[in-house]
Amino acid sequence: MTIMETRKHGDAADGMVGGRFSRLDGKLKTTGGATYALEQPVKNLVHAVLVQSTIAAGRVVAVDAAKAKAAPGVLSVFTPEDDLGLLVASDWFGNRPDNQPFHPLPREVSFNGQAIAAVVAETLEQATEAAKLVKVSYEETQSVTGLDDPDAGEGRLVDMLSVGWGDAEAAYAAADIKIEAEYRTPREYHVPIEPHGLTVKWEGDFLTVWEPSQWTHGMARTYAEWFDIPYENVRIVSPFIGGGFGSKAMGYTYSAVAAAAARKLGRPVKLAVTRPQTFTAYGGRAATRQTIRIGATKDGVLQAIVHRGASETSVFADFPEQTGAATPLLYAVPNLSTQHRLVPVNTVTPGALRAPGKNPSAFGLESAIEELSYAIGMDPLELRLRNYADHDYQSGKPWSTRQLREALTVGAEVFGWSRRSHEPRSMRDGRQLVGWGIGCGTFPVLKAASEALIRILGDGSVEVVSGAIDMGQGTYTILAQTAAEVLGVPAEQVDVKLGDSSLPGATVAGGSMLAGAITGAVHKAATAARDELIGLALNDSNSPFRDTGANTLVIADGRISVPRGEGPSLTLAELMSAIGRDRIETQRNTLPEGANGPEDHKRSWTTMANVQGPTAGDLSMHSWCAHFVEVKVDEDFGTVRVSRVVSAFDCGRIYNPKLAESQWRGGIIMGIGQALLEEGLIDERFGRVINNNMGDYLVPTNADIPHIQVISVGIPDNDASVLGGKGVGEVGIVGVAPAIANAVFHATGKRVRDLPITLEKLI
Amino acid sequence: MRDFSYFRAASTEEASRAMLDAGAMLLAGGTTLLDLAKCGVSEPDTLVDITHLAGLGDIAVDANGATIGALAKMGEVADHPGVKAAFPAVAQSLSLAASAQLRNMATIGGNLLQRTRCSYFREPGVFPACNKRNPGSGCSAIGGVTRNHAVLGTSRACIAVNPGDLAVALVAFDAYVEMGRRRVAIEDLYMLPGETPDWETVLKNGEIITGIGIPASVAAKNSTYLKVRDRQSYEFAAASAAVGIEFEADGKTVRDIRVALGGVATKPWRARAVEQSLIGTVLDVEAVEKASRLSMEGAVSHGGNSYKIELAPRVVARAILTMGGLA
Ligand SMILES: Cc1cc2nc3c(=O)[nH]c(=O)nc-3n(C[C@H](O)[C@H](O)[C@H](O)COP(=O)(O)OP(=O)(O)OC[C@H]3O[C@@H](n4cnc5c(N)ncnc54)[C@H](O)[C@@H]3O)c2cc1C
Ligand code: SF4
Repeated sequence: MTIMETRKHGDAADGMVGGRFSRLDGKLKTTGGATYALEQPVKNLVHAVLVQSTIAAGRVVAVDAAKAKAAPGVLSVFTPEDDLGLLVASDWFGNRPDNQPFHPLPREVSFNGQAIAAVVAETLEQATEAAKLVKVSYEETQSVTGLDDPDAGEGRLVDMLSVGWGDAEAAYAAADIKIEAEYRTPREYHVPIEPHGLTVKWEGDFLTVWEPSQWTHGMARTYAEWFDIPYENVRIVSPFIGGGFGSKAMGYTYSAVAAAAARKLGRPVKLAVTRPQTFTAYGGRAATRQTIRIGATKDGVLQAIVHRGASETSVFADFPEQTGAATPLLYAVPNLSTQHRLVPVNTVTPGALRAPGKNPSAFGLESAIEELSYAIGMDPLELRLRNYADHDYQSGKPWSTRQLREALTVGAEVFGWSRRSHEPRSMRDGRQLVGWGIGCGTFPVLKAASEALIRILGDGSVEVVSGAIDMGQGTYTILAQTAAEVLGVPAEQVDVKLGDSSLPGATVAGGSMLAGAITGAVHKAATAARDELIGLALNDSNSPFRDTGANTLVIADGRISVPRGEGPSLTLAELMSAIGRDRIETQRNTLPEGANGPEDHKRSWTTMANVQGPTAGDLSMHSWCAHFVEVKVDEDFGTVRVSRVVSAFDCGRIYNPKLAESQWRGGIIMGIGQALLEEGLIDERFGRVINNNMGDYLVPTNADIPHIQVISVGIPDNDASVLGGKGVGEVGIVGVAPAIANAVFHATGKRVRDLPITLEKLI
Repeated sequence: MRDFSYFRAASTEEASRAMLDAGAMLLAGGTTLLDLAKCGVSEPDTLVDITHLAGLGDIAVDANGATIGALAKMGEVADHPGVKAAFPAVAQSLSLAASAQLRNMATIGGNLLQRTRCSYFREPGVFPACNKRNPGSGCSAIGGVTRNHAVLGTSRACIAVNPGDLAVALVAFDAYVEMGRRRVAIEDLYMLPGETPDWETVLKNGEIITGIGIPASVAAKNSTYLKVRDRQSYEFAAASAAVGIEFEADGKTVRDIRVALGGVATKPWRARAVEQSLIGTVLDVEAVEKASRLSMEGAVSHGGNSYKIELAPRVVARAILTMGGLA
């Protein structure tokens, strides 16, 4: 396999890999030309509206739907009385109980805001109005509304997540310097600009679902299993996604309700989850708490880290928001112990939100490290460098690549860190206290196989076809670049078709693994197409290259020619025409030989069972980053403004700096929201999120975002992926919140250990 | 959303007449009304659209003051050079409110009649108890999440904040609203919740705000609106203050001072005690801070909002010190 020369970051605006090529879907989106799932023009459509529970725990005793059914336009009301005839589908790893019925509108209520009924009517307005007329009576039971509920308990230890080496407790007890603190993060939500929902249509036993999807193949499997129909009968269509952040990688109960309603009624159904409903129609990031104890020598050498964390989950399913995920990775420490507990409470099952686990974990650890730096009186940058991990202490394996030292030193240089005075409250700008802080982040390299189809058409244009998706991160664009580079055509000449489960298989766009996986498949398929084309050019009796005596040909700038330029030179179209072909088609996947049969395909494209973790091989592979943040805190009002951010990233080779930088900035902006604004406010009397709308659940506005300088310090990591990149999307947010909390401490002398850092915590 | 009928009024009189029908509601920019209709709080049978009425969108500023038609847009007033020059606090209260899109749509009349942002008020299907929506049903907010609720002017029946910014600036400078020929001081337009929080203003059935007037004053010309909140823009105030000061000829002694607070009270809150204690004095930091604390006389915390009692006087003090050249 040929590995392309790595371009220096940002030196090319062309369409080759490594170039600053603008998003291919950008114009469609900005001009309204991109059609989203809820805009699909489907004939004969009816509308479903969910009714959600208003209690946190209990039973639905009765649903009085008489008024709703009598309302204008109403076709049907689905309630817990209805057996929709569905079966439980597999989990992400493909495990599935046999023949277990699935009731997406359950009688047992497990959280406030759970879907318990759905009204279907001819128009959205009719369904919405009728949904208000559905009267539900409940038998309420005692609920547990959050981690702080006295009845919540300390939770259940998740053995799989316990990590340890050395004797952490003893080493901590013996250490000269000790710090101990508890850190907390609240429920946080994805709030993508495109809310959730779907349009579904049955044709006999064939189901088409237009639904924003981070994983068309995985979701197709879910629908097939719910309805007990062949996988091939389901088609998930998701060419554009208005942001997912982890929330669009699975079918939810409302998806099942819409599809079941469409089947019962024999008409296509559209179900748009309202913005308030999205807060409980699927889970955001679980609330977490963690206690961290660090022991160190007087000169700042870490001796022990003891970490005890917990996250909430629902009362019926486990989703650990792993507070110890980053703890073992960032520093050299001879003794470590982390444990994580799961605390069931009456909430929707939490889900993956940008950098699950790593994100709250880094908030704890990176806050604690700075607390230690003040306990010792050492510059926090120096403390981090002093304890630099030269290998992965958890697995004992060497890093594949780890440019975190470079991230720290380059970031510090560009930020001007050396001008910092260490004392809290020692820097100010009028009434504004100024503070600087650092936060490091990491995210593992996850590897998965994928498949792609390449077509070279008679007119010389190229098609890349895959069921992978683009939710704004740039899949369309980097795949065009990948194919363009291998096939020597301008990227504009490459048409990329994505987002359809009937197309070649791809892994989930999650865990920052899609880019590495799918560029590998496209690269392989494109190389095969190139080889086939060159083979035809050399051997076809009508090819002008046949008699040149060349044993290979080069393709560049859209032309195919003999090396060193003596002989014919044809455009791809001319060659295709000469050899009488209207297409060359190659489909390749990156599964290993010997495990490449139909069952392997299904398992790889529709489950995560074959995903390889960061230490599956001989190396430990991760992306890394260091954020340097300046804040200004009003000394009277406690309002925090982030005034400057410099972040340096090691994500390996960057396929398109323009897109990677935009992803990093996006992550940093989300991190600013997490640090300062975002929090699901739960009314503990009802276990209900009361700021369930975008007027009250605050995310940053433009005015909250300063200039953000991002820098790539990565080098190609060919162990991490075929083209040398590591994950880009998730790592950007990791470490931002602690950098801000650290800067706030430096500014004010107040350590805020529970996010978000709202003004009342500082006045 | 229920079906409703739509009526485009040709004159103020016609609109007033149409408003006498139960279930009729005036539609101006619609940014409060449609929002509340979607939440299920407002259930109009008829929308009486007044946005096409002529002559209600004018803005005029002269030596006596400003007159602003009820249909003038928030954005137009915020950017009006005359308003900016003679009433900086008024212009700022508008430019710091909502978002550019909303300001381009929303009207001054509608702004004054925007409803509370109390989360419990806005989710009727979930929180049936709300005295403002449904008199006598109780108050879901008390005992719940009260971070954004009022500390001043509350009652057992309701603790909802009046969230508007403009009205705070108007209250400071003795502005008035006009309903045709009837004129009411802004301060008297709003009612305290008492036992009847559903009754928010003294407007009578069918009455239409035609415009507002703001008398010119030196204090209004030398004024500022300070709005404090977690998010830099597009958020209601955690606490805000409109302050204007007129100094004696010596340039130091306070002749006239106006102080009003937002984000903390059930109606736009004029802080006369603060004003009284500073009139005739020469401003200094300590005295201003002490006086500003008078703004919280009678304040009651409901748990999550107790920070407002600490924050609001600091906002008042900063605004006064800024106008006095001391901050
Ligand atoms: C997300 C969001 C954020 C916001 N942030 C802020 C903020 O920070 N600060 C702030 O001050 N405001 C804020 N607002 C409120 C906004 O300013 C008001 O919604 C707007 O001013 C209302 O004006 P309108 O013309 O759209 O009124 P409408 O919605 O048309 O009307 C509002 C009410 O007034 C009645 N009405 C309208 N005109 C008249 C009239 N002439 N006579 C009698 N009755 C009338 C209507 O019947 C209705 O009951 C925000 C609103 C939203 C949605
Ligand atoms: S504070 Fe007022 S508006 Fe809010 S729930 Fe109570 S009564 Fe209703």
